[in-house]
Amino acid sequence: MESGQQNESLAVRKLKERDPNAITEIISFRSETTLVLPRNRLISVCEFLKADRDLDFAFLSDISAVDRFPVDPRFEVNYHLTSLSRRQRLRIKVKVTAKDPVIPTVVPVWPTANWHEREIWDLMGVRFEGHPNLTRILMPDDWEGHPHRKDYPVEGYR
Amino acid sequence: MSTTVGTPIPAVKPENKTMVLNMGPQHPSTHGVLRVILELDGEVVLKAEPVIGYLHTGIEKNCENLTYSQCIPLTDRIDYLANLSNNLGYCLAVEKLADIQVPKRAQYIRVLLTELTRISSHLVWLGTHAIDLGAMSVFLYCFREREEILKILEAISGQRMMTSYFRIGGLALEPPPGYLEWISKFLDSLAGHVAEYEDLLTENPIWKLRTQGVGVLKLEDAIAMAVSGPSLRGSGSDYDVRKYFPYSSYDEFDFKVQTQTAGDVYARYQVRVAEIRESAKICKQAIKKIPPQGPFRAEVRGLVPPSREEMKTSIEGLIYHFKIWTEGITPPPGEVYQAIESPRGEVGFFVVSDGSNRPYRVKMRAPSFVNLQALPYLVVGKLIADVVASIGTIDIVLGEVDR
Repeated sequence: MESGQQNESLAVRKLKERDPNAITEIISFRSETTLVLPRNRLISVCEFLKADRDLDFAFLSDISAVDRFPVDPRFEVNYHLTSLSRRQRLRIKVKVTAKDPVIPTVVPVWPTANWHEREIWDLMGVRFEGHPNLTRILMPDDWEGHPHRKDYPVEGYR
Repeated sequence: MSTTVGTPIPAVKPENKTMVLNMGPQHPSTHGVLRVILELDGEVVLKAEPVIGYLHTGIEKNCENLTYSQCIPLTDRIDYLANLSNNLGYCLAVEKLADIQVPKRAQYIRVLLTELTRISSHLVWLGTHAIDLGAMSVFLYCFREREEILKILEAISGQRMMTSYFRIGGLALEPPPGYLEWISKFLDSLAGHVAEYEDLLTENPIWKLRTQGVGVLKLEDAIAMAVSGPSLRGSGSDYDVRKYFPYSSYDEFDFKVQTQTAGDVYARYQVRVAEIRESAKICKQAIKKIPPQGPFRAEVRGLVPPSREEMKTSIEGLIYHFKIWTEGITPPPGEVYQAIESPRGEVGFFVVSDGSNRPYRVKMRAPSFVNLQALPYLVVGKLIADVVASIGTIDIVLGEVDR
């Protein structure tokens, strides 16, 4: 636990050294660290976290989106990074508004992001710019709407 | 049709006119309703595109409209072969969110039962995988032992498959008397049975021909695609959530992470068979550790239901019982990610609370979903006859892929 705390701050320290404006907020909750990033820093931070030998976040466990409707910025996209060599986890969060729900894709950094991003587009309606094949994955191709949005009813007609 | 994976999969140039073949969704060896669009040049696969979503039931969306404990039965249905693993993952996530400490006795019983589930899931995998490749009798033997595990689970939880036995804060009820003796008797017989399966397969020349060098997944591809579980360990990594990020007292157990380096179907078979033995070892340690008496649920006012006796005898207990079962629990606002090692890999639950009695968002990181994405790496450039072996070897459960 102790060393985890130290090394997590290592990631924060390295990122701040690199670019003082890279992190807008650091959240610690139940010994998990979340870094909130501005959208335009996402790719450079991800590339850095993956390539840096001391951090080595080569394994992207999961990407998930949360709809904070009616709050704006409405969508939060969370990236759960795992470092296998350091045995650590880190969450990165990017917030986007309802008017412009677009995020650059991380598929070039972690190829596994492909299906996660397609799922988020399908269910939440957040677009990933530069994605190689951004189509619906779980819902039928001709489906209208994005079912995991909070303003989408659970049952009955849309 | 573009392929669904981002990094270059070895492109194979067609020499002849190609054919597009639709495999599934009603194909017996896709283990559910998986559809794969295959582009073929003669017998060589040029492209493979998994198409999923046929079983999508919106479980994550449903969870947002249920109280925290009402979500537990839904987690059974995600991966119906390893339901207790999913129960555990979800319960641990909510316990982390609400900061509940589970008593040691309940933690050990959880370890014992999830390892039993791992054995039963691997047995189903072994049996169905063998039948896919033409070894009929292994299936019958594997299901014989799995049946015994299901009987044990029924005696403990009342249900064969959809157990929902782990609850937030501990277990649903006290296990029946004599369950430890029953499980240890089963484990004693299991060693001989595993040797029996190995007699049928490990040195079998047909089995080796159909599995060795087939469906090779390189370690760097596996990590780039975030493949986890036995599929990753067959490629040489020793990533196992039980060792890397221990939960539910796994750090107190002595076990080895089973790995192979070949990365082919045979290597993954060896990993899973070795894991059956390893899980049996963990179960035996757990049986020794579980104290005969003690609480099976945490005692936290307002978050965990009071014991039956307390509910019947004290007015305070009755009030809390009533409040928990009508209103539910209200963890503080926040978000947690809790991963566990299911038989298929890293199951992660990302639970977001807004302070109300319902989870604001539940996202499940399904290992089958992620592992299936790596399928093109296993089959592109290989023969179509090996596609079935490659689908079977990544051990997908479509309920988990589609959620």
